[in-house]
Amino acid sequence: MTQLPDGRFVDDAPYSDSTDLSAPERSDMDASTWVLVWRKFKRHKLGLISGIFLLLSYLMLPVAGFIAPYTPNERSADYLYAPPQSVNFWHEGEFIGPFVYPTTATADLVNYRWTYETDETRPMPLQFFCEGATYNLFGFIRSDTHLFCAPEGATIFLWGSDRLGRDVFSRILYGAQLSLTVGLIGITVSFALGIFFGSIAGYFGGKTDWLINRAIEILRSLPELPLWLALSAAVPSNWGPVAVFFIISIILGILDWPGLARAVRSKFLSLREEEYVRAAEMMGAKPGRVIRRHLLPNFMSHLIASATLSIPAMILGETALSFLGLGLRAPAVSWGVMLNDAQNLASIEIYPWTAIPMLPIIFVVLAFNFLGDGLRASLDPYKS
Amino acid sequence: MMFLKYAIYRFITMLLTLWVVSIMIFVIINLPPGDYLSNQIAELRATGQAEGVAKAEFLRTEYALDRPIWEQYLIWVGMAPGPQGWYGLIQGNFGWSFEFDRPVSEIVGDALWLTVLVNLAAVLFVYLVALPLGVIAAAKSETWIDYTAAFVGYLGLATPNFLLALMLFYYGNKYFDLPIGGLMSPEFEGEPMSFDKVKSILVHLIVPTFVIGTSGAAAMMQRLRANMLDELSKPYVETAKAKGLAPSKLLAKYPLRMAFNPFVADIGNLLPAMVSGSVLVSVVLGLQTIGPSLLTALKSQDQFLAGFVLMFVALLTLIGTMISDLLLVLLDPRIRYGARGS
Repeated sequence: MTQLPDGRFVDDAPYSDSTDLSAPERSDMDASTWVLVWRKFKRHKLGLISGIFLLLSYLMLPVAGFIAPYTPNERSADYLYAPPQSVNFWHEGEFIGPFVYPTTATADLVNYRWTYETDETRPMPLQFFCEGATYNLFGFIRSDTHLFCAPEGATIFLWGSDRLGRDVFSRILYGAQLSLTVGLIGITVSFALGIFFGSIAGYFGGKTDWLINRAIEILRSLPELPLWLALSAAVPSNWGPVAVFFIISIILGILDWPGLARAVRSKFLSLREEEYVRAAEMMGAKPGRVIRRHLLPNFMSHLIASATLSIPAMILGETALSFLGLGLRAPAVSWGVMLNDAQNLASIEIYPWTAIPMLPIIFVVLAFNFLGDGLRASLDPYKS
Repeated sequence: MMFLKYAIYRFITMLLTLWVVSIMIFVIINLPPGDYLSNQIAELRATGQAEGVAKAEFLRTEYALDRPIWEQYLIWVGMAPGPQGWYGLIQGNFGWSFEFDRPVSEIVGDALWLTVLVNLAAVLFVYLVALPLGVIAAAKSETWIDYTAAFVGYLGLATPNFLLALMLFYYGNKYFDLPIGGLMSPEFEGEPMSFDKVKSILVHLIVPTFVIGTSGAAAMMQRLRANMLDELSKPYVETAKAKGLAPSKLLAKYPLRMAFNPFVADIGNLLPAMVSGSVLVSVVLGLQTIGPSLLTALKSQDQFLAGFVLMFVALLTLIGTMISDLLLVLLDPRIRYGARGS
């Protein structure tokens, strides 16, 4: 600030004629909502990392067969319950690229189990882009090229093998295909039902509202798992794995919608009094159009955030059902089906690697939780 | 007086809800085609055992399984006379288990009380753990205490219950000499209550309570922390600080009381999850609650047993929710009785 000789005060900041007087005063007014949301979300590091992790996991699904060295039901009869093998790079101080040491099984007749001995004198380099068992890339392209596979005469069980000599690592990759999509299908069902019932309850009010509200209360007050069990027990046992998979995901979704419907309803109750809704109605818009065009887009983002938070429950639900033998069944491969093998204390004590599928479950569930938290925090970009 | 009126109103709505639930449960357990007896008859026919068929046919008419489904429902609940007259759930007849060939009440028996016990213990655990942890996490927010609590909480949410149970059993037995499986030592089964029996049950309860309660405690802790943080940023807390109130008293006197309401109200959300968890954990750990009987009954289509267990589980949660609603009204004078506008 400078004072001119005539007593006036003048700002010292440089003045330019080209300054746009209509430029927004707040720095966050320069972009569309979605850009702002993205900017804010980027600062939520945990959410961002979780999002990237989940994105990669889902992108991996169609090419799981390529990454996995074995196919899910491929058995190595000589390697039952083989412990995890490590991939090494240096052999006796010399770099020879990724290789494994071959193992041989001997029967321990005292304890009735297999013991494995690693032959540390013969490093066997891994093969890359090699031929193995056939699988379907993207579900329809038949292929037999794998990213890496075991060298001739050795095995590559990164995370050990299970009761039937199947590779746990490969099975986890294949299991992800079902375990991860169960949540997506379930949430779609629950989303559709929740939005439908929630919006007609909130928009029309009166008797419809009362009826739907009671239904929501009843469903919410019931324990989910016993009902899931009862519903999945009703799935005919002669159905194929794919049909069972779909019906299980739908069952998981059917009992999940009340929470979402409740949120939609309360939002609608307040929004339907807004002027723009009145205006739309006066211009002759049908209820369906008002709901879809004017009301839903208002808080779609919040719904997405809450949906993200309820996917983990479904993934855990599928795991629990399959674990109890009422969900997916072999030959289908899911994380729950795999854990079914690790059901007893003996396997946890002697073959702890059969419980490895719990790690991806924990990671995915945590990631969805963090992602949901991050989304929720950043979806209102105008709030500081 | 107003409270009594509200309590009665709440009780009646609970009964109505239970009635709707009973219809739902009956439909669900009848979803699979056929029933236990018709499956058995088909099997007996296939193996050519004629005398067995006669008995199964007799049971079918005896338990009205040959009638239309809505009639079966009314007879099961006791709203219509069946072959043995008015004798259904309302009249205290829980039905007949075909698989065990005994009345359902004999099979579930003690399991009912043990189920209630396990769930009560889990609820207590949730409150005892979540309350102090949530308050401390809020008071010391963004310190290592807060982060550790959040980390443990998230891990509890993300680990599948049944695996946690197995792991805790294994390590608990290895390092702390905790018993494996069951709800009491085998020698106490069928014995009358005694001090040693109670002790045995308590020791056996440690792992199940922990497993069932962890995820609930984690969720509740997070919510309490958020509520507390909201309260702590309000001006009255500032005033109290300025007046020199001791930190512990400052926390306990006002913000905690305010943050406590959702805590009680939350039991309605908490209970269904806990009962779910207890069923799952019971199956894995072999607890003598009704969880395992539900699973076997569902797998073998033993419909009256499955139906009764589901009804009991639903009743348990409904009663719990009702109690929490009533407590809430007693705790918070600002909550109105009855419907809005009245």
